[in-house]
Amino acid sequence: MKKFFLLSFLASFLMIGVAIAQNTTVNGKVTDESGAPIAGASVLVKGTKSGVNSDAQGNFSIAVQANKVLEVIAVGYESRQVSTNAKSFLIVLKQDVKSLSEVVVTGFGGSLIKKELTGNIARVKGKDIEYMPTPSVDAALQGKAAGVFVNSQSGKLGQAVTVRVRGNSSISASSQPLYVLDGVPVTANDNSSYGGDMNPLTDINPNDIESIEVLKDASAGAIYGSRAANGVVLITTKRGKSGKAQITFNIQTGYSEATKRLEMLNSTQYAELILEGAKNMDDFYGDPYDDPASYTTSAKETMDYFSYGEWAKDPSKTYDWQDRVFQKGHYRQADLQIRGGNDKTKFFSSMQHLEQGGTIIGNELTRTTGRLNVDQQANNWLDLGVSMSLSRTLNKRLPDDNAFSNPLQAIALMPMTPFIDPNTGLDAGTPPGDVNVPVYYNPLLSIKYGSFTQEVFRTFGNTYLKAKLLPGLTFQSEFGLDYLSQNEESYFRSETIKNQTRATNGLGTNTGAFITNYNTNSYFNYTKVAGVHNFNATFGMQYQQSQSRFNFTEGTDFPSNSYQKIASAANKTGGSSSQSDFRFLSYFLRSNYIFNEKYIVSASGRIDQSSRFGKDSRSGFFPALSAGWILSNESFLKKFEALSFLKARASYGIVGNAEIGNFPQLGLYTGGAGYTGTGGQRPTQLANSQLQWETTAQFDAGFDFGFFNNRITGEVDYYVKNTTDLLLNVNVPATTGFSSVVKNLGALENKGFEFVLNTQNTVGAFKWNTSFNIALNQGKVTDIQGQVIEGGVSSMNRVVEGYPIGVFFTPEFAGVDPENGDALFFKNTKNADGSMDRTTTNDYNQAQRIVAGDPNPDVIFGLTNNFSFKGFDATIFLNGVGGNQNNIYGMGRYSSASMLYEDNNTIDQLGRWQKPGDITNIPQARLFTVNGSQASSRYIVDGSYIRLRTASLGYTFNSKQLSKYKIDKLRIYVSGQNLLTFTKYPYWDPEVNADSFDSNIAKGNDFYTPPQPRTFLVGVNISF
Amino acid sequence: MKILNLNIKDSIFACIAVGMIAIGCEKKLDVQPYQTLSEDKALLTESDVSGTLVGAYDAVSSAAAYGGDMMILNDLIGNRTNINFRGTFQALTEAYNTSMISTNSFARDTWSAAYNTINVANNVLENTSKVTSSATRKNSVEGQALFLRASMYFELLKLYAKPFTDSTSPATNLGVPLVLTATKAPITEADYKARATVKAVYDQIVADLIKAESLMPSTNTKFATKWAAASQLSRVYLMLGNYTEAAAAANRVIAGSGKTLTTEFKNNWFTYINFGGVTPNEYVFYIKVTNQDGANSFNTYYGAPLGAFPGSAGRRDMRIQNAHLNIYEAADLRRAFFTGTSGTTRYTLKHLDRFGDVPVIRLAEMYLTRAEANFRQGTSVGATPLADVNLIRKRAGLADLTAVTLTAILNERAAELALEGNNLFDSQRLKKNIGTTAWNSPKLIMPIPQREMDVNKQLVQNEGY
Repeated sequence: MKKFFLLSFLASFLMIGVAIAQNTTVNGKVTDESGAPIAGASVLVKGTKSGVNSDAQGNFSIAVQANKVLEVIAVGYESRQVSTNAKSFLIVLKQDVKSLSEVVVTGFGGSLIKKELTGNIARVKGKDIEYMPTPSVDAALQGKAAGVFVNSQSGKLGQAVTVRVRGNSSISASSQPLYVLDGVPVTANDNSSYGGDMNPLTDINPNDIESIEVLKDASAGAIYGSRAANGVVLITTKRGKSGKAQITFNIQTGYSEATKRLEMLNSTQYAELILEGAKNMDDFYGDPYDDPASYTTSAKETMDYFSYGEWAKDPSKTYDWQDRVFQKGHYRQADLQIRGGNDKTKFFSSMQHLEQGGTIIGNELTRTTGRLNVDQQANNWLDLGVSMSLSRTLNKRLPDDNAFSNPLQAIALMPMTPFIDPNTGLDAGTPPGDVNVPVYYNPLLSIKYGSFTQEVFRTFGNTYLKAKLLPGLTFQSEFGLDYLSQNEESYFRSETIKNQTRATNGLGTNTGAFITNYNTNSYFNYTKVAGVHNFNATFGMQYQQSQSRFNFTEGTDFPSNSYQKIASAANKTGGSSSQSDFRFLSYFLRSNYIFNEKYIVSASGRIDQSSRFGKDSRSGFFPALSAGWILSNESFLKKFEALSFLKARASYGIVGNAEIGNFPQLGLYTGGAGYTGTGGQRPTQLANSQLQWETTAQFDAGFDFGFFNNRITGEVDYYVKNTTDLLLNVNVPATTGFSSVVKNLGALENKGFEFVLNTQNTVGAFKWNTSFNIALNQGKVTDIQGQVIEGGVSSMNRVVEGYPIGVFFTPEFAGVDPENGDALFFKNTKNADGSMDRTTTNDYNQAQRIVAGDPNPDVIFGLTNNFSFKGFDATIFLNGVGGNQNNIYGMGRYSSASMLYEDNNTIDQLGRWQKPGDITNIPQARLFTVNGSQASSRYIVDGSYIRLRTASLGYTFNSKQLSKYKIDKLRIYVSGQNLLTFTKYPYWDPEVNADSFDSNIAKGNDFYTPPQPRTFLVGVNISF
Repeated sequence: MKILNLNIKDSIFACIAVGMIAIGCEKKLDVQPYQTLSEDKALLTESDVSGTLVGAYDAVSSAAAYGGDMMILNDLIGNRTNINFRGTFQALTEAYNTSMISTNSFARDTWSAAYNTINVANNVLENTSKVTSSATRKNSVEGQALFLRASMYFELLKLYAKPFTDSTSPATNLGVPLVLTATKAPITEADYKARATVKAVYDQIVADLIKAESLMPSTNTKFATKWAAASQLSRVYLMLGNYTEAAAAANRVIAGSGKTLTTEFKNNWFTYINFGGVTPNEYVFYIKVTNQDGANSFNTYYGAPLGAFPGSAGRRDMRIQNAHLNIYEAADLRRAFFTGTSGTTRYTLKHLDRFGDVPVIRLAEMYLTRAEANFRQGTSVGATPLADVNLIRKRAGLADLTAVTLTAILNERAAELALEGNNLFDSQRLKKNIGTTAWNSPKLIMPIPQREMDVNKQLVQNEGY
């Protein structure tokens, strides 16, 4: 094993030029199973230190004595041994699918074989997420890595995705992991000025990715110290390989549609419900139904008015407004990748063009990316290289969920409201017709007569120099840049006046965001192997500087809708520029020692300083220690032949979190407090000069195992994460003029269990592999000193001691009083004896709030099955979450509200209470009156789901069939995404979180949130 | 060769060392914000203090304060007789239906906006010594800060406390916490204040407004003048039942301010659409709104985008009931100041203008206050009640009365000031029920925000929450 480690990583440097007198010369060629040459394979004479590398054509030549055994090793392939009795031979290496032999990237130039890892790092191969219709890399992680929870939040394109590694470890600071692309921490937070948060990771082409490593435990993460409390996602892009340039072209096309529609009332049903609600209120007030001021009159007037008088003519005519806003979205993507090089120069280059139409009208994403990664061996002691990626992402964005112009809010419109205003022949609500019909703004108008386009140019660049200073000692210096240049442009024509109230004569905005984020890493790496001792250490420093600049202009009063740039606006009604910077300076050390291929210890530490904290408290130290014991290398386990590998490992360490925004430590005045033309300032933030890092101490223990020659491998982990000194927005009385101050206060914990199993169920002609991962996480806020921290729809998400972050805290709905149709709530007040008063009340103010649900899943899992037979291959990937609840009050308060509003209702509302004795959970309809529509557990529902996330079927033509066309490989395939969802969730999509409310605390909210797309694709992949 | 090797290595080491030290410099971490200013640099000079006073106006002009929510809540709470509320903000629906709950978001935001203004004003008041250019300027700055602070306390009492007129004693009824000093970090026990009594808060308001009136200038561009303070004082005295002082304060405004009634009633409105944003001379105190700055909640909730009025806007939430028209006489021009034909489609024309200024106090109110106070006292300070009432009636296209009664004065007040944010205030002081809800019902009083109850254990919640 030691040899494996040593040779596969160091052989290429150490072996060059080594020549010992030999007897004969053997020639050979190393190829993969398809016949493609493998360059750089190590060919070693077993039992000696001599060996050579295969060249770009896979050929090698080695002088060797007869009757010796040659061992051929190449990364990613199973090694083979051959006898030297023949003079020349073809050595075909099989791809190594056993995960224990994988090389895992550990950050700052480090890598380890999975077998020798003492920390917990989940690895997702680029191949596993290749050509998926998922535009961003974070979404692609869903279900692929144990303990990594991903929620795509909505079906809007390019939107922010929630990612939680081993639970939610902060309340007020960010809980998103740190993303590092080829050594550079990338800008991953939202910078948009419209709609929900966007996702800057969309600018990375997922097909450029060689591997993604998620550093989960403290031992793995400590080298990223202050930034690692939420996990670190290392993204490594593909590099060149020496050998013939391989050109791969992939094209895929298809379409997407919404995964679900909701069933709403038709006009007849709606009229029945609203008139019943009106009658009930007239009865209550004792008004005659035909009184001009009666509810009944008002309801009839309402239906007539909002149907342009059509309802009276044909009361059954129904318009399903969902039809107007859902669409079939196109999907087209072309990828070109060229990979090649020689023994000195290697390159990888790619280009991609993607066009994706949303399943909601008006939503469209176009992305073009290009990448060139070059590695050059300058001489025998110096390597250098560069990675460069350019991208342009154009996103026609939708407004946030809580906007009348959110297309899905059309579902709220009365079913008798025609799509087209019969008086004008235009869409309902278009001027010069009556803009006050429909009952709410017709969101189609913003799509037809408005636009919001976001264009992002993104540059990721990284250069490095790597010098071999002494045997075993290298120095590497890197300079990386992540430049995000974003322009957002909108224009709303006067037809949108009801929504854009300032668009009387057009309203245009133009917003710029320029984020320069540069990073330098400089570090030494020392490796020493002496007999049974194997030592490795990395020491270095990192400096990151990020500068964000924004500007904004707005204009109104355009000469006509033909002019849409602000140059033509007669009134420049808004303008702004702003800037915000942050900096990190860090020193780190990591060392790893392996004794006799059995015992591994690893220690790491990092000192971080950040501009975000007080001068005297800005420095933090983040150490970690871990150990592993490869039990299967002990003689007492050798006799268990079925057991091919067993390692026990444990780690403990401290990592930090500083993602609290810039300048939380300062007492601040804002200069943006002018009053209509006169500049002014006012205090906005209370100082806390002692503010420092939020820290997470994490313990992790686990086993890695392999059975039957590693055909079955897996991992078991248990972890405890304790987060203390939370960076918390601590509420202060509003009577101070402030609402909160950021303090280091409080603690929370996450405990969990992870299990990974990879099996090769069948080998031979029919191959079937299974990967399964499951994780249980239990988060608990242990101490917030009585703080009340709320968020989400109607502030129903709350941080409650003893519970996970963001539980739904709301009165408990007790159903409907069978006597009178009143909504009832459990009082849940404490009795004198300490017990709960479980009597019910119709007075909402008497009902105490309780923890009625939890948006955080208890369990998440992913299950991948890969099949191949002859040329056919198939993949079925399922993932799921369980034990979590969603809050549907966002839409439910309008559509399941006993006719408090004129909104159309979901079909289940027909089951309302009508007469004494009715047993139902839907209160009596009362027009324009509150009856059970207050926030309560009535709107907290199960959010568990299992989803057939992707399925694909492909056929690869064999090289014999193709050779006359000079094609190395040709694969045709069909694939689908989000094909099936198993859930009890009543609304569109259980994988949801309304972008208007999103925060660490506010999760699991649905607010007319567009569902995920179901996508079908066909594709062709050709290699030359 | 070896030497060369060493040299290369040495120079590399040197580069690294230099590089590390150069960028390792601690100073790199001293990053300053751009749009904000560290508090120790913010209040050093006279212009800093003046700028902070402007900041207090910015705070008071926010939608949740005099941007209009405070007035909207006064009009909306329980007011089913006049208003047909059809909006989607549940907090407002609850206010309208007198079914508010302690987490009502408007209760929370209005409370916060008021105290935010108070804190900015307190910062100004603690730094007036830095205003050294002239005593007049110093007085002006201090007077304006006092006026804004007192106004916010007055609005808080209207919404969150039992009326002064309540049968239980204002000397024991709970008002709101009185904060009279600027908040400084760190927050201490002293910042967790209990509610002062209604009387104690009114005493502070009266003292602040009297002092403000004495210090403030007669003219002050778009900012508040001494007449704003006097007019606010007249309102406070009406609530306190001190009619002598109410008449006197109203009379000072009428006599001294130079403000005049607009020749036509309608000229008080559409200030942006029709007059390019010129404030009517009748406005004694108002919040300026431009197309770049400011919010007008009157427009947000009362307004509607109507084809007949280009530039009109609004959420169409507050429609006007048929019954409301009964408060006007048939010939009243103000009765015709609506559009639409039924309780579902009728809107007032007062608030269609998105960028129109938010009127807080108009001169017409001063005439009506003077008339009422004089009538109650049997005095004729400034003019007879009959003359004052007829002045207002005449502009509304109505014939002169020959004699006045208190009812006639109050009816005139209701017609003139309808839908301008006075409903709750006038109901409380006149002990007039709102629809079927008793004028002193706890349901008309907003909850102390649950957020405040949670964070400050010194607070006592209002009845019924």
